[in-house]
Amino acid sequence: MVTSTNLVYLIALPLFSAGLLLLLGRIADKWGHIFATLISASVFVIGLIEFFAMQGRDGEARAATQKIFEWISVGSLHVDASLLLDQLSICFVLLISGVGTLIHIYSIAYMSHDHDRRRFFAYLNLFIAAMLLLVLGDSYLNLYVGWEGVGLASYLLIGFWNQKPAYATAAKKAFVANRVGDVGLSLAIMIAFTQFGTVTFAGVKESASGASAGALTAIGAMLLLAAAGKSAQFPLQSWLGDAMAGPTPVSALIHAATMVTAGVYLITRSNFIFDASPTAQLMVVCVGAITLLFGALIGTAKDDIKKALAASTMSQIGYMILATGLGPVGYAFAIMHLLTHGFFKAGMFLGAGSVMHGMNDEVNMRRYGAIGKVMPITAATFGLGYLAILGVPPFAGFYSKDKIIETAFNAGGIEGILLGGATLLGAAITAFYMTRVIVLTFTGTKRWDENAHPHESPFLMWAPMAVLAIGSVASGFLLSSGSALVNWLQPVVNEHHEHHAEEFLPPLVVSALALAVVAIGVAFAVLKYRTVPVSAPEKVSVFTKAARKDLYQDSFNEAVFMRPGQKLTSSLVTTDNRVIDGLVRMVGWIIQTCASAIRGIQNGYVRSYALIMVLGVLALVTAVWMVTL
Amino acid sequence: MDISNYIYLSALLFTIGAIGVVVRRNAIVVFMCVELMLNAANLAFVTFARVYGNLDGQVASFFTMVVAACEVVVGLAIIVTIYRSRRSASVDDASLLKR
Amino acid sequence: MANLALEVGRTLQPEAILFWILAPLAVVSALGMLFVKKAVHSALLLAWVMVTLAIFYIAQDALFLGIVQIVVYTGAVMMLFLFILMLVGVDSSDSLVENIRGQRPASIAAAIGLGGLIISLISRANIGVETIGLQDANSMGNVQGLAQQLFTKYVWAFEVVSALLITAALGAMVLAHSTSTKSRTAQRDQSIARFRGASLATAAGLPSSGVFARHNAVDVPALLPDGSPAPTSISATLEARGDMLSSKPFELEAKEVEED
Repeated sequence: MVTSTNLVYLIALPLFSAGLLLLLGRIADKWGHIFATLISASVFVIGLIEFFAMQGRDGEARAATQKIFEWISVGSLHVDASLLLDQLSICFVLLISGVGTLIHIYSIAYMSHDHDRRRFFAYLNLFIAAMLLLVLGDSYLNLYVGWEGVGLASYLLIGFWNQKPAYATAAKKAFVANRVGDVGLSLAIMIAFTQFGTVTFAGVKESASGASAGALTAIGAMLLLAAAGKSAQFPLQSWLGDAMAGPTPVSALIHAATMVTAGVYLITRSNFIFDASPTAQLMVVCVGAITLLFGALIGTAKDDIKKALAASTMSQIGYMILATGLGPVGYAFAIMHLLTHGFFKAGMFLGAGSVMHGMNDEVNMRRYGAIGKVMPITAATFGLGYLAILGVPPFAGFYSKDKIIETAFNAGGIEGILLGGATLLGAAITAFYMTRVIVLTFTGTKRWDENAHPHESPFLMWAPMAVLAIGSVASGFLLSSGSALVNWLQPVVNEHHEHHAEEFLPPLVVSALALAVVAIGVAFAVLKYRTVPVSAPEKVSVFTKAARKDLYQDSFNEAVFMRPGQKLTSSLVTTDNRVIDGLVRMVGWIIQTCASAIRGIQNGYVRSYALIMVLGVLALVTAVWMVTL
Repeated sequence: MDISNYIYLSALLFTIGAIGVVVRRNAIVVFMCVELMLNAANLAFVTFARVYGNLDGQVASFFTMVVAACEVVVGLAIIVTIYRSRRSASVDDASLLKR
Repeated sequence: MANLALEVGRTLQPEAILFWILAPLAVVSALGMLFVKKAVHSALLLAWVMVTLAIFYIAQDALFLGIVQIVVYTGAVMMLFLFILMLVGVDSSDSLVENIRGQRPASIAAAIGLGGLIISLISRANIGVETIGLQDANSMGNVQGLAQQLFTKYVWAFEVVSALLITAALGAMVLAHSTSTKSRTAQRDQSIARFRGASLATAAGLPSSGVFARHNAVDVPALLPDGSPAPTSISATLEARGDMLSSKPFELEAKEVEED
């Protein structure tokens, strides 16, 4: 473990930039976007420098720390604002700053017509800063600060066009859903503090082995709740679809590089807790499996290209969460899938943004069709991302997703078969809905609006897409050749060098199976969407209807939480108005009534006052009379 | 004769004076009733001086008279001033206090 | 009268006679104050009550106070009251209609209650000593005894009271003083006004009344050179009252003069 003085700049630079752009206001309109992009790029460069510096050190000594200042020192609670850059963090730093920079570049062109572009870039930088703090904090409390910062930044960005009430509501929804997760995280921190007396990762890790199973399970469950909130996992996934209200680069940023990956990071970072608590692990696996199918099913029915991709993200994060629940071997594959997903999903979102850019911000895929011919670069980059997400060799997804499917099967027993089956089914559905997106958007016949004149996007937009496409193609191979990432992460997530002794199915068979189900899914989609009606068909199966409604998650939330909550609120308001205010008003009323009664005495006549005096004397004399009786 | 008869007389006169203060409306009459009350008190003082065989009561009575004279002077000046501006000596006409 | 009272006061029985004659009179007079309509009558009744009280003071060996009561109170204070009554309007009488709701019954109830309670208290009270009498205290004379008290034991109170008196006198002057809103016109101003006036006819003053040769009372108008009476020569008040004598008998036969 070495100390480094550069880590703070990773966070300070984008934070400074965000503050500067927000404070300068219109003055910075001319150069704000360039400045923010340069800052983001410089963060990436610092990350690279740190990465190469780490390469030069040996396994255990690779991690670097930096204490910025002593933050809290109360009683037995000592928290330093310190940063920790280890093998796990650096993956995230590079992903966040790298993909983030590409999205910055893309946004310069995408947002060129928005007169609030500077503010947008300030928020983007804030987002990057918060996310970097999240992955760099050396304790749960530092992580929590970044965690909340991410929530804030996502709120600001999703509601960036808050002049539209629906978008503002979407931002609020994301924020509220995140708060539920945040409660989980804060509870986990509190439990950790009461149990272990510390909140640093290192301290908790040290004490975790001796802790009671109940406490660990509780912490694990709370951490899972937090992860579910941030990563849009079941049952807190409902905000993700609505979060598409933000500008498309934001969706790319949220879905690929930041925000939703935070949950995966949290669970991976807390591996020592989950490894020690099989119950918590089981919960993680269940949540992952449910979400990956849930998301995939929703994806099949969405006509909004961004929402289809959002559902896909939900599903893919489900894969990652499932992988993290599979124990020490799973973490590396989860992170690998996270990185490859970062490339191809960012690429696809930017592609979707590019299509929308050309189609007058039309998002309904049924109004697309045959766009491949007019937007070849977009189609190509999107197609590469498509192949990657399907897991077609040798594209990135093949290396990461197949490993997860394999590991799921290897979990052993019934659990292994169930999980493996779920992941395979998810892969098949993924293939179906992604093919659907491709078919509806890029091939087939024109179903455009009369006013639509699609054209290829400018260089600044397609260049990042191209870079990401290259990532989608190559990242999987690069990360897995010679188990590069697995070995890299081993000191952090798998200290004991565990791996499953027996393999349920040989890797080759798993890959073949996966490819087979993917092929089925693709074929099914191609057959089904040879012709596409412009408006969504009304007569559809129950499943499609449910999927269109996000599997009734919103209705469920509204019925179970929102309505009773509103009832409770309104009854409390009524109580407040009637009972409490009533009491207060009654006091006032009594005084007022007494006062107006007494006011009658004040008639201004001296004789009347004299009479009152006489009555007073009478009272005194009466008292004397009574006393002397 | 029982000397406390003087005290009874004093109490009676005092009460009559009090009634006059609250019932009569002419400011001068009200004032005269106040004088009556003071005089009733004086009678009690003088009587008690006799009962206790020293002159303190009479001295107190003397001071009462002086203070009453002062009071009358100032009070009547006030009445005259009010009369000058209101053309009325009724205490009920000066009832601005209620506003 | 003072000596008489002093003498009858020596023995209890004559004092009782005096008391039972004068006390009911005092109470009746005091009650009368409440019921008479005219303030002047009230004042006279109060003066009688005060005289009665003065007699009681003297009867109780308070000679000085009795005299002061008559001279200062009945003489000066009551005269001040009467003077102000005259100033305010001698016949300014109360309308006996009560205009504060419930004032009169409440007052009477309260006063009767108060009186009843006080009397009941007095009747229950035990003074604790037999009546000592002022023979010893007044051995040097009542005035001398009082003076000794005033200038030794009560000298401080005496000085304060004197200050109070002066303050009250000053206060009364300040209250009664009124500043006139316009400057007084002097003789010179009047003269100037006459000569600057509409007509020079009255510049030398109005004609004086009377016909010098025959009659020069103020109620006879002067005659103008043509023999007609001058209306400005007599007071308008006399004319309004009709107290003016006619100047007719004194008029000259103007027409005859003309014919000559």
